[in-house]
Amino acid sequence: MDILPILSTLRRHKLTAWLLVLEIALTCAIICNAVFLIGQRLQRMDMPSGVAEHELLQIQVANVVQPANPYARVQEDLAVLRQVPGVQSVAFTNQVPFGGSSSNGNVMLDPNQPQRTLNATTYFGENLVTTMGIQLVSGRDLQPDDFVDVETALKGLNSGDSKSLPHVTLITSTLAGRLWPGQDPLGRIIYLTPQVGLRVVGVLASLARPNAYDASKAQYTMVVPLHMGADKGESYVIRTRPQDRERVMRAALAALKKADPQRIVTTRRTFDEVRHRFFQDDRAMAGMLVGVIAALLIVTALGIVGLASFWVAQRRRTIGVRRALGATRSNILHYFQTENFVLATLGIALGMVLAYGINLFLMLHYELPRLPAIYFPVGAIALWLIGQLAVLGPALRAAAVPPVVATRSV
Amino acid sequence: MFAYYLDLALRSLKRNKALTALMVLAIALGIGASMTMLTVLHVLSGDPLPGRSGELYYPQVDPQDLRGMYPSKEPPMQLTLIDGMNLLRAKRADRQALMTGGEVPIQPAQSALDPFYADARYTTADFFPMFGTPFLYGRGWSAADDEAKAREVVIARELNQKLFGGADSVGRTLRLAGTAFQIVGVLDHWQPNPHFYDLNTGSYAYGEQVFLPLQTMIDLHLNHDGSTDCWGNGGGGTGTILPSATCVWLQLWVQLDSPAKVASYRQFLVHYSQEQQALGRFQRAPNVRLRNVMQWLDHNGVVPDDVRLQTGLAFGFLLVCLVNTVGLMLAKFMRRAAELGVRRALGASRRALFAQLLIESGVIGLVGGIGGLLLAVLGLWLVRQRPSAYAALAHLDMSMLFSTFALALCAALLAGLLPAWRACQIAPALQLKTL
Repeated sequence: MDILPILSTLRRHKLTAWLLVLEIALTCAIICNAVFLIGQRLQRMDMPSGVAEHELLQIQVANVVQPANPYARVQEDLAVLRQVPGVQSVAFTNQVPFGGSSSNGNVMLDPNQPQRTLNATTYFGENLVTTMGIQLVSGRDLQPDDFVDVETALKGLNSGDSKSLPHVTLITSTLAGRLWPGQDPLGRIIYLTPQVGLRVVGVLASLARPNAYDASKAQYTMVVPLHMGADKGESYVIRTRPQDRERVMRAALAALKKADPQRIVTTRRTFDEVRHRFFQDDRAMAGMLVGVIAALLIVTALGIVGLASFWVAQRRRTIGVRRALGATRSNILHYFQTENFVLATLGIALGMVLAYGINLFLMLHYELPRLPAIYFPVGAIALWLIGQLAVLGPALRAAAVPPVVATRSV
Repeated sequence: MFAYYLDLALRSLKRNKALTALMVLAIALGIGASMTMLTVLHVLSGDPLPGRSGELYYPQVDPQDLRGMYPSKEPPMQLTLIDGMNLLRAKRADRQALMTGGEVPIQPAQSALDPFYADARYTTADFFPMFGTPFLYGRGWSAADDEAKAREVVIARELNQKLFGGADSVGRTLRLAGTAFQIVGVLDHWQPNPHFYDLNTGSYAYGEQVFLPLQTMIDLHLNHDGSTDCWGNGGGGTGTILPSATCVWLQLWVQLDSPAKVASYRQFLVHYSQEQQALGRFQRAPNVRLRNVMQWLDHNGVVPDDVRLQTGLAFGFLLVCLVNTVGLMLAKFMRRAAELGVRRALGASRRALFAQLLIESGVIGLVGGIGGLLLAVLGLWLVRQRPSAYAALAHLDMSMLFSTFALALCAALLAGLLPAWRACQIAPALQLKTL
């Protein structure tokens, strides 16, 4: 197809042609970035938690009046829950992955270093690894005699008595790799304060933070052997078979209510619900971006249809002359298709530059990573396709113009 | 002349219905999307206490040890109990209130109601007059009640409705966490958005049901919620254990009604820090901040990033829709070159033609604006279906309604300017020749 006549025609409609190119460029630039954002959100929603998600239940209860011995209360509750048919394992923890609010500590490698090395989430509670189905990569799990009551530990911290503090910890392999790259973490010591040194006795494959907003730090977690008393912030975690979850939840709540009718259940949910809730904003954002992409493509397509129809109507006579001089229908069809392709290509080229610019702006203001090159062809292909589809109707109408038009006056 | 041009415009628009519909639709979609997001942004970044917020300030001091210090580092976001009480009792501002949040179990006297938890604010006497909270019945407690650790409580209208069927409950007893409290006041509906005085408990659509004296909360070891940051050997405290002395977990708000008072309060915070440093409590050089409500909200970046991003996206969409409309209008006007040429030849000035074409684009803008408004109403309804906490607040108000129309009309006129100008450049003779 000869491209020169097309260019010379476009030169006569410079302003209109440039507007179309600009529209295609803007659409292309927004679509590249929107698809990239959708990818980011989907990737985030896929973040591993490290626990057996389809087998876990979370229950939080609150006491109206604090029990006389909150530690004994927890042990009683755990015993009651273990008796519920279908319960495989039970634990009491201060937080769950993706649960939202979190308890964190500053990690140091040397008790005297002036700045913390990093901030990590500290999970407390016995039997967490077994109950949550966390995979132990090396070393051992926490043993009952590693555990200390929180209250005793806090008093020890204030009085400087290191005997009443915990001494060991489990950390994730990600955290180990960050603290001691390429080395065996087992037996090494991390400090939460200059007084609290914890020896690493086991390494976990994965365990996400409750507030895993930053994917690069989502696995900075450790398990510290501390017992907590009954309190409304803590959770009972129950492991059961996926098909038993609903029944076990009902039975467990009934058992807890029976043990103390004065209590209030504040949270009851499966871990699937925990994940669903944590990522709901990401899901909403991804949905909205899909909507914007669809709306942009539709508006651009309609714009192309409108302009092409105008041009076809305007050039009816010229088309008739060309047909009379021997141009076939497919010549005319190809003419309009090529014209659209040329405009789309110009728009896409400009759009790529714009897309890069928008990404730079987003990187500056929203802590987004650089737009990978793989996303550029996505926008390009989408616009070439939508352009060709949109121009097909008007082009077919142009091809249907009979040669006899040339002999009539306008 | 206007009526005539309007008539011409309507005729011209009717002649090509599909194209007119396309232009109106493009403008309506763009306006609808951008007005939806602009309204959400407007609601979320609004002033929580109009008329008062300019005089309310949030003091910060830096009591941390030297570990982790670097120049120009921000002081902690909250205060320790010691500093909070010291600054409160110094009474250097017109009004001051120290506070933190929590949840308290409520045991209704009626056996028909099970015990339940309610969001609570533990604060001091000035909270109510300083924030101008509306009282339905009774009043707040006094500074003397604060010091006496009085078992007094102010409840919100919703809780009063639930417990007492909306009757005047002042003087009655309410059991909280196993302790009997006397109700001294009932607040009318009051929910500043954002929840500026404590952003840790959720920024939007959050309101406490129970207000009681901070000193009483400390005395009774009631549960505390929200952010607690500790350093050194500080422990955050759990359950009934309060955070230790090296933890920040309280907010102080002060009212300062003149710039001179603001300057002198800032000076006071520096002096206080120096004094504490001399006493050996503070280790860092004085590092104080004193922001008013809007500065504090801005500093905390309270408007969600996603909402900003979506607003940007909506305006990008509007831009595409406008370029689309400009292109279509240009093509349309240029196609009428012959008609315009005749009008020019018959004596119409360029100005007259220009006005006529602008009126045509204005009509499109107006219709598009109405369509955009309907779409914005639909869009806001969609936003309200979202799970986010702020979603429920997304409602169109009068100012946004007018902004929508102004934006639509400006957008369409702007879109009409270039095509109208271009069409007026046509030489009439050339057009007449081809007729």
